[in-house]
Amino acid sequence: MRLLEYILPQRPRTASVAKERLMLVLAHEHAGSEGSEFLPALRNDLIAIVRKYVAAKDDAIEVKLGHQGKAAVLEISIELPGKSGRRAHAN
Amino acid sequence: MSKVIVVTSGKGGVGKTTTAAALGTGLALRGHKTVVIDFDVGLRNLDLVMGCERRVVFDFINVINGDAKLNQALIRDKRIDKLSIFPTSQTRDKDALKREGVDRVMDELRAEFEYILCDSPAGIEHGALSALYHADHAIIVTNPEVSSVRDSDRIIGILASKSRRAERKEAPVMEHLLLTRYSPERVRRGEMLSLDDVKEILAVPILGIIPESESVLKASNTGTPVILDPTSPAGRAYDDAVARFLGEQRELRFEKEERRNLFRMLFGRA
Repeated sequence: MRLLEYILPQRPRTASVAKERLMLVLAHEHAGSEGSEFLPALRNDLIAIVRKYVAAKDDAIEVKLGHQGKAAVLEISIELPGKSGRRAHAN
Repeated sequence: MSKVIVVTSGKGGVGKTTTAAALGTGLALRGHKTVVIDFDVGLRNLDLVMGCERRVVFDFINVINGDAKLNQALIRDKRIDKLSIFPTSQTRDKDALKREGVDRVMDELRAEFEYILCDSPAGIEHGALSALYHADHAIIVTNPEVSSVRDSDRIIGILASKSRRAERKEAPVMEHLLLTRYSPERVRRGEMLSLDDVKEILAVPILGIIPESESVLKASNTGTPVILDPTSPAGRAYDDAVARFLGEQRELRFEKEERRNLFRMLFGRA
């Protein structure tokens, strides 16, 4: 059996696909649940502030909580209306 | 000091009841006074798996409502002296597990038993939350499969936030991973998540690996906890898990394929 497996072409290893997908989805879910209490409110406040200065659309602001190593990173991305649709990043 | 252990998973059909029956039996076999409680209100099954379905008179809900005394509802196992089974009711009212009632029953059980195993229903609703609320230990039953691992992760989060220990800011519930329906052969072929994969994703210490085994179905057919079958690889794996839980050092068996034995190949499989 084992000998045959060496000779025959390798089938795709579905277990590693499973692991990758799981790690990705769990990272997402963890990030979502950590900031779930304040992220929506923070987003609304930010939209209100930005609107004082520019006419930003409702979906122009994205607030995400991610991880870099052991540190949690709050990523705020604001799309400003303008000629080229520039995006300003603040971390 | 008595210990409350919840057997939980989030996902259904991964082997919670099989595990609760096997571990409860194993603890009692080693001389510890043990009770296994069925928290799956409306879908009673622990009684069938443990072979005492015809001896159920009163149930968990009767005791909570004060219609029966605890000792009237507890079923003494006929095979093992120190083992009792506490069946749930078949009522369809899921909220029948009233918080104060469950608290009172758990206090009574703590006074009488060394180990109290709570067999949780699937899901993250009221029944599952009630089952894990009082836990000192949690056995996370997981299959090496994406949906089961994700649901286990979810339950681990709930243990950390919704258990009584979490509410009271006490030491957290001790978590133990039990990987069931494991097939070393499929892991080798790259078709199944390995022990290391699951450990890395869930970050919970491993209590045992239960290999996929035909003997589990045979055991439930006859209402005999699989740990009582010494010829069953799954039974032996559960015995290892009980020993580890009690602090014994035992090497993890069944992680690797057992060498094929010509005798066994010719005369049937265990």
